Amino acid sequence: MAIEESVLETCRRRGISRRRFMEFCGTMAATLALPKAYTQTIAAALSQKRKPVMVWLEFQDCAGNTESMLRSPHPAIEDIVLETLSLEYHETIMAGYGKHAEAALKRVVDEEKGKYLVVVEGAIPTADDGIYCTIGGRTALDIAREVCGSAAATIAVGACAWDGGLVRSNPNPTGAVGLHEAVPGIKIVNLPGCPHNSVNTAAVLVHYLTFGELPALDPENRPLFAYGQLIHDQCERRAHYDAGRYVQAWGDEGHRKGWCLFKMGCKGPEANYNCPTVRWNNATSWPVKAGHGCIACASSRFWDTKSPFYERLPHPAGFGVDVTAGEIGWTVVAGVAAATAAHAVGHVVRDHFHPGDGDGPPPEEAKAEKPTTEVH
Amino acid sequence: MARVVIDPVTRIEGHLRIETEVNGGRVTDAWSSGTMFRGIELILRGRDPREAWIWAQRICGVCTTVHALASVRAVENALGIDIPDNARLVRNIIAGAQNVQDHVIHFYHLHALDWVDVTLALKADPAKTSQLAQSISEWPKSSATYFKGVQDRVKALVASRQLSLFSSGDWGHPAYQLPPEANLLAVAHYIEALDMQRDFIRIHAVLGGKNPHLQTYLVGGMSTAIDGNEPEAVINPERITLFNELAARAKTFVQQVYVPDVLAVASFYKEWFGYGEGLGNFMAYGDFPSGSINDPSDFFFPRGVILGRDLATVHPVDPGKIAEYVTHSWYEYSVGDQASRRPAEGETSPKYSGPKPPYLVLDTDAKYSWLKSPRYDDKPMEVGPLARTLVAYASGDAQVKKSVDAVLAKFNAPPTVLFSTLGRIAARAIEADIMVEKLPEWIAQLDDNMAHGDVRIHNGDKWDPESWPKSCAGFGLEEAPRGSLGHWVEIENKKIVNYQCIVPSTWNAGPRDAHGQRGAYEAALLNTPIADPERPLEVLRTVHSFDPCLACAVHVVDGKGRSYGREAEAVPDSEGTTSLPADSAALYKAAVQGGL
Repeated sequence: MAIEESVLETCRRRGISRRRFMEFCGTMAATLALPKAYTQTIAAALSQKRKPVMVWLEFQDCAGNTESMLRSPHPAIEDIVLETLSLEYHETIMAGYGKHAEAALKRVVDEEKGKYLVVVEGAIPTADDGIYCTIGGRTALDIAREVCGSAAATIAVGACAWDGGLVRSNPNPTGAVGLHEAVPGIKIVNLPGCPHNSVNTAAVLVHYLTFGELPALDPENRPLFAYGQLIHDQCERRAHYDAGRYVQAWGDEGHRKGWCLFKMGCKGPEANYNCPTVRWNNATSWPVKAGHGCIACASSRFWDTKSPFYERLPHPAGFGVDVTAGEIGWTVVAGVAAATAAHAVGHVVRDHFHPGDGDGPPPEEAKAEKPTTEVH
Repeated sequence: MARVVIDPVTRIEGHLRIETEVNGGRVTDAWSSGTMFRGIELILRGRDPREAWIWAQRICGVCTTVHALASVRAVENALGIDIPDNARLVRNIIAGAQNVQDHVIHFYHLHALDWVDVTLALKADPAKTSQLAQSISEWPKSSATYFKGVQDRVKALVASRQLSLFSSGDWGHPAYQLPPEANLLAVAHYIEALDMQRDFIRIHAVLGGKNPHLQTYLVGGMSTAIDGNEPEAVINPERITLFNELAARAKTFVQQVYVPDVLAVASFYKEWFGYGEGLGNFMAYGDFPSGSINDPSDFFFPRGVILGRDLATVHPVDPGKIAEYVTHSWYEYSVGDQASRRPAEGETSPKYSGPKPPYLVLDTDAKYSWLKSPRYDDKPMEVGPLARTLVAYASGDAQVKKSVDAVLAKFNAPPTVLFSTLGRIAARAIEADIMVEKLPEWIAQLDDNMAHGDVRIHNGDKWDPESWPKSCAGFGLEEAPRGSLGHWVEIENKKIVNYQCIVPSTWNAGPRDAHGQRGAYEAALLNTPIADPERPLEVLRTVHSFDPCLACAVHVVDGKGRSYGREAEAVPDSEGTTSLPADSAALYKAAVQGGL
């Protein structure tokens, strides 16, 4: 069947307009930085008669990642759970409860073995035989092993599911760990952040549904399209950093003019995430835009390694954060790159494209002026 | 006699287990258990009090922002910091928006499926659904074509045999009483409410950088720089316009969709004004200061305690009377587990003594929850929108009185019907209705300050820890959407040495205390009718009416025990089921029978 026919059939079956469906597919192509032509490929992939099955597990969590997903603008959560996937288990929003809920999960594990997707939110306690989190009388560890162990792939959303997050921070009262440590050897993609940004999660899902595989990952199993770049290099306040214009006190003139928050403890120079470009809540804002420093919430063990959050990073202030070249991704803000060179602040920057990448800069940006290497 | 267990309780935040005894079609006893512990208070020790809010906020991502606010208030109280007026207004706007957002999501996405049978929407006539919608509201999305579209979407979902979130529902349960058209209307609004919450919360994105987990609080104020002449300031004239637009859209939704839907659904379930009463004791710390946080008489939500269903007397709140028991909780106190301890004296020693997982039932005679049992003056208390509404009503608050009386008049019922499952739902809607009227006022005040050149957003006098005393302690109280929230902090040598929280859902979902007094959920469940013990949907109705939040609830506090508590009397109001004219039901009937 031609793609177009299959799409029309899908729209009829699902009771939605073709326009709405194609918009959705187009948005996904854009999020994944795929050429527009991929819209059709995505549409074809999402037009399968049977929707892929997904379950969402919550352990030592705050449901912040669930809430973040509920705020997903493109695609909207209702488009995901009604049209794209069949979300058979998600405690925060599912209709069933108690035994019916447990039965729904068991049915997926038994009948969809090796085919379903799992999203995990929250850390997993391992101390004292795991008694710090039980659901239906079973430990989180027990459930995670069974459900993730039989899945096609698992998506760990948020800092806690990745590396234990806040729950694991010192003194880790419950022996909490991230999913990949609790259940080693599973096929996993990590989407850290506190919470995860649902734009990235939706993109991972669509990539998986379209191509049958996870997007390109870094050694920590994080998708490169979201975690391959330094916040500092994408920051709208970067030009102020390079020009030495810093906020010195909350509410001062610099703060009101949107200057750099480095001296107020911003961890952007040490944090990888696409927060400044995808932003939050339908691209409305992100923490630095709202006047507060970045806390590096997508960095490994950030609660312990990046706090105290108001302490300035331990580098000579004003002239160059001494980051290693390897930490610097390609710069998407050409203006920033120009500013870096022009002010010659002795900042170490190098062109650095990630290996094996379909995730490199789009052609027009690749042609733009590159950050200049300046060694001081 | 049967022990009926619900675990997981779904459509809540966190991990809650309810065990009940069911006898002759009624719940004769109930136990509420929180089954997850993280120990965030322990993790906070030794850290910089200025950033405690960033950590504490992660207690909950549903009640995001509320723990951040309680935390900065506690540290500001300890250090003696007053915040600028602009910071007060920004905090009020953030908290007010959270209140509205939470209530809308609770009704549609967490609670509605206890009352709405999604599959029955298929049997609805879209034209009659349209008539029903237009009879209860001016909301423009009400055409037959629109409802036909929603119905087609549900139809396609059911035909696919992959019902997603709805696959495990109790569809066809005899306790569902809405006619098909009302079900279709509710399903349409379930989807619209998803849109609404996504849009409205952008107010948090601007003022907080993101939602969930806002990132703009500061001890001493906010990081949202304000300046009418600076385009890069977080708050500038352009942003004020956006706030006003978002607040106006929320107001329309609350008043044209949420409130009419609550009244319509209630009219088909009016016997639930007679179930789920619970303790009859209510407490509200009050919130939304008009001036200083230290002047509760000036709060938009008043402070007070109501005891034994007596709406004639509002008692003052004395935070010194708050203490927690661990008699039935998996913790131990150095002073023995029969004693209670006050929050300022913090002690946190988790000690699990429940059954080894996997288990089928808990030993509810022994310890059975990760939640403690907070008590006020040794009495269990219900907190939340109903408690706030009753305290305001009994205090003679004109606006609340007007709204409550209007609702009661619709049902031709006395205020005592509010002590019920439906009373909690109605109180939440009333509160959202009042809050959407208030938000534009705070935005206007902020705009006015800005227009007068007031750019103060942070009081930096005590930002430098060198300016702090060697040791100090403080607390921060707040009305979170789910009820009265308190954080207590002790600071020594610039670090946190103790941190304790007593959280709304701990008040409501906590287990029995040393005197055997039940917590609010446990008391409210008594006498709930159960049509089918295999499908105890009715239990969910009452539990959900509290809007449980379990991640919040697992916390630790201490104090000194007293023993003059009484056994909680939890008898549903037998007169609660007054004859209700149920105007919405009448409207519906008229519509469906072709009268309109």
